[in-house]
Amino acid sequence: MKRKLVLVGNGMAGMRAIEELIKLAPELYDIAVFGSEPHGNYNRILLSPVLAAEKTVADIMLNTREWYAENGIALHAGDEVVRIDRARRRVIAKSGFEAPYDRLILATGSNPIVLPLPGKDLPGVVTYRDIADVDRMIAASREGKRAVVIGGGLLGLEAAYGLQRRGMDVTVVHLSPTLMERQLDGAAGALLKRSLEERGLKFVMPAETAAILGDERARGVRFADGGEVPADLVVMAVGIRPNVALAKASGIACERGVLVNDTMQTFDPRIYAVGECVQHRGACYGLVAPLFEQAKVAANHLAEFGIGRYLGSQTSTKLKVTGIDLFSAGDFTGGAGTEELVFKDAARGVYKKLVVQGDKIKGAVLYGDTVDGAWYFQLMRDGTAINDFRENVLFGQAHVGDSGTAGADAVTLLADTAEICGCNGVCKGDIVKAITKKNLFTLDEVRAHTKASSSCGSCTGLVEQLLANTLGGDYSESPAKKPMCPCTIYTHEEVRAAISREKLKTIPLAMRFLEWKTPDGCHKCRPALNFYLLCAWPGEYQDDKQSRFINERAHGNIQRDGTYSVVPRIWGGVTSAKELRAIADVAEKYAVPTVKVTGGQRIDLLGVKKEDLPSVWRDLSAAGFVSGHAYGKALRTVKTCVGKEWCRFGTQDSTGLGVRMERVTWGSWHPHKVKLAVSGCPRNCAEATIKDLGVVCVESGYELHVGGNGGIKVRATDFLCKVATEEEVIEYGCAFLQLYREEARYLERTAPWIERVGLSHVRERIVDDAAGRKKLYARFLESQKYSQTDPWVERAAGVHAEEFAPLEAELPQELVS
Amino acid sequence: MSWIDLGSVTALPERGARCVRLGSLTVAVFRTSTGEIFALRDQCPHRGGPLSQGIVHGTRVTCPLHDWVIDLATGCATGADEGSTPTYNVRVVDGRILLEVPVEALARAS
Repeated sequence: MKRKLVLVGNGMAGMRAIEELIKLAPELYDIAVFGSEPHGNYNRILLSPVLAAEKTVADIMLNTREWYAENGIALHAGDEVVRIDRARRRVIAKSGFEAPYDRLILATGSNPIVLPLPGKDLPGVVTYRDIADVDRMIAASREGKRAVVIGGGLLGLEAAYGLQRRGMDVTVVHLSPTLMERQLDGAAGALLKRSLEERGLKFVMPAETAAILGDERARGVRFADGGEVPADLVVMAVGIRPNVALAKASGIACERGVLVNDTMQTFDPRIYAVGECVQHRGACYGLVAPLFEQAKVAANHLAEFGIGRYLGSQTSTKLKVTGIDLFSAGDFTGGAGTEELVFKDAARGVYKKLVVQGDKIKGAVLYGDTVDGAWYFQLMRDGTAINDFRENVLFGQAHVGDSGTAGADAVTLLADTAEICGCNGVCKGDIVKAITKKNLFTLDEVRAHTKASSSCGSCTGLVEQLLANTLGGDYSESPAKKPMCPCTIYTHEEVRAAISREKLKTIPLAMRFLEWKTPDGCHKCRPALNFYLLCAWPGEYQDDKQSRFINERAHGNIQRDGTYSVVPRIWGGVTSAKELRAIADVAEKYAVPTVKVTGGQRIDLLGVKKEDLPSVWRDLSAAGFVSGHAYGKALRTVKTCVGKEWCRFGTQDSTGLGVRMERVTWGSWHPHKVKLAVSGCPRNCAEATIKDLGVVCVESGYELHVGGNGGIKVRATDFLCKVATEEEVIEYGCAFLQLYREEARYLERTAPWIERVGLSHVRERIVDDAAGRKKLYARFLESQKYSQTDPWVERAAGVHAEEFAPLEAELPQELVS
Repeated sequence: MSWIDLGSVTALPERGARCVRLGSLTVAVFRTSTGEIFALRDQCPHRGGPLSQGIVHGTRVTCPLHDWVIDLATGCATGADEGSTPTYNVRVVDGRILLEVPVEALARAS
C-alpha cells in the first residue's frame, strides 16, 4: 500500500516540493493537499502585475484544479488545517475532515504583519498577501480615490504602484528615511524615490503612523507628529512574519520560523517544512529561489534518495515596477573590512555600488542600469576573485572581456521579434510567452520548452535576463550549486574529486558510488564521465565508445544529411604537393561532393558516407596522414604563419615551432575543443590572440597568450607570460593544457574557464610555481603516451568495423520492388 | 506477417544501435544496457537526424543533430518536445534478431 503524504499549505513552496517528488517517485505516496485559499496554486510573486492590471489571475495560475485531478492528488482548497495530531499522525481540517499521514509537509507560508494601531480593524484597511487582498484593493480602487500605503519596502511600493495604475491617488508612508532600506542604500533609495515621484506617487517619510482614522470605515491616517492624510483605502505592507501558529500548537520547535535541518525536517522527523514558514540555520527567506531549492531537497528526501542537502541561499532582489530597474544582492551596506566601488550618474539616473571584501564581491546595489546584476550575483556566489578586472568591473561585463557564455545586453529594449537564440531561431516574444503561459521558472525549463540557449549557449545571459524581467525579482539565475545533469545531485567538481579519491575507474562504478538517479546516465553526463575517467586514469581507463558523441565514435563530423566530414591532419598547416595530390585522389575516388579549406589551415572533405569512412582513412593513411581530430573535444589544430624562414618581418621559426607543438599535443582529449596558433611576429598573422593557447614570437623570445576564442563571441587572449626558448614554450604550453584538462568542466572552453577561475589562478599554477608546472607537464606527457595512436589506422584495419557497416538483411522476394 | 533475420543480438553494441536498409527505408535497431531490443525508423521527428547514431541511455536515444530525446518503446519525443517516429516490431529468438517486415512503411517509402 502506498504511504500517505499530506501537504499543509497549497502555495508555491509546498507545491514545488510535490512536483519535484512526483518527478522522482511518482508511485511512492498518496498525496493530499490542504490550503486555506479557495484556489489552485498560483504564482504569488506575480500578484503585483495583477494589481497593476498588467496580468489577470488566470495568467498566474501554476497548478489548476485539473492538474491536481490528473496527478491523483486530493486537493482540499479552502479547508484549512487547524490541528495536527502527531500521536495518531492525522491532520484535522476546519471542516472537521481528518486525513492520516505517514509524512507531512508544512508549507504554511507567512502572514502579513498588522500594526497594532487604533483603527486597524476598520473596513478599508487591508494587507497585501493573497488574491483576496488584491481583489479587495481592486474593489476599493473602483470606489475610492485616495490610498495610503504604510510601508515603503518592496511589497509596499509594488502595491502603491499597482493602485496608482488603477487610478488612485497614492501616498506612501515609510518609517525609515530610505525606501527599501533592506535592499538599497541611501543614494539608490533617493533615486528610486525621485523616479516614483515623477510617476505621481507621494511620500511621507520618515514618518511613524499613529492611528487609522474613521468610524465606520477608514478615512485617513494620523502620524506620530500629529499630521494627517485622508484615505479611502489603507494598505499595510510593513513586512511578513513566518506563519508558525499550527506548528507551534502541535509542539514542533519554532523560533521566528519552524526550525528545520539541512534535509528540511522539523524536530519531528516525519514532518518536513519548506518555504516562508521555515527557519534554516537562523535565516528565514521570502523569495522564491531559496524556497524552490528547499522544495527540491525535501522532495529528494521524501523520495528516499536522502542525499540532497539545503545549505542556505544567497538572494537577490528586483523591484517589479514597470520601467524601474533596480537590483540588489548580498551585503550591500558594507562595514569594517570592506570597500565600496561606486558609480553615480544622477543625470542619467544610474547608480551602481559594489561592496568588496579582499578581492571578492560581497554585495551589489544597482539602480537605473541593472544589465550586469546577474553577472555580479554570479561573481558573488562563485566567490570569483575580481582583482584581474577590478578597474573595469563597475562598467559591466562588456568591458572586461566576454567569453560568450554570459553575454548580456539591454534585453528589455529589444522588440518581441528580436532573435535571442540564433542557433534555434527563437525570438524574445516566443520566450516571454513560454515563460508566462507555461509557468517556467528556470533556465533549464526555458531551454526545454523553447530550445533557446540550448545549443551554443551564447544567448544564455539574454535568456536569464528575460526570465528575470518576466518573473520579476525572485528569479535566481541558476542554483548556487549546479549538478552536472539531472541524473545526479553532484557538481562536476564533486564528481571529479570522487573519481580520484575513491579510485573509480569505470562509468558504472562512478555512477554506483555517486548514486546516479538513472540506470545509465544521459547524453550529457556519460560523455563527461568518460572524459573525467580518461583524464584521471590515463593508460588504465578503458574508453567507453558508447558514451562518446557520434563524432568521436565515428572519428568524423556528422553533417545535417547524416554523412560525415573527414579532415586529415596537416601539421602546422604545412603541406606538400604529394600530400595535396593524395587528398585529391581520395576526393575523386570517393566522389566527395565538397572540398573546403578550413579556418584552421586544413582541408575538409565533406559528404563522405559512413560506410566509406574506413576505406577513405586507409587511403589517407597510406599517404602518411593521421586523423585531424576536427570532430573531437580534443586538440584540433595549430595554426601558423610562415615566420622568419620566409617572412621579412618574422622573428622566430613560427612554422617549425607550430609543427613541433602539434606533434607533442595531437591526440589529446580535452573538456572541449582546443585550438593553438603560433605567429612569427606581433603582426600576428596566425591570429594567435583568439586561440585557446597562442604564441606570439618576438625578437627576444615568445609571448604566451591563453583563453582566446574566435567563435561564438570573440574574446582576445590574456597574456600569460613571456619565455625565452622553444623548450619553455612546449613546457608551459603543455602544463597549461593539462591544467585545463584537470580543472575545467566538460564542455567548458578555456575562455569561460579562465573567466571563472581567474587569470591569477592560472598564472600561479603555470608561471609562479615552477615545480607544479613541471608536474603538470609530466602528467600531460604521460597521458599522451596512450593517446597518440591514430584512430584512423586502427579503424582502417578493422577495429570497430560494426560501427561503420549496416546490418545485413534480405527482404522477401515479393517485397523487393 | 513475415519476419526477417537481422543476425545475432551480439552484432549490436550494448547501449548502441545499427541500421538496416530495407529498400529505401532505413531502420535503426537498438540494444539497451539491459538487453532490450527496439526498432525505429532511423529518422528523428525534428529534422530527420539519424537516431541510430545517437547516445543510448535507459530506453531512450538522444538524436545526434539537436539533442532531441526519443523514447525507444513509443518513438515519441520526450520532455517538452513533440513529435514521433514510427516503431517496428522486433523480437529475439534463440539469440537472433527478428524484425517484422514493415510492409506498409516499405510501400510508402518506395
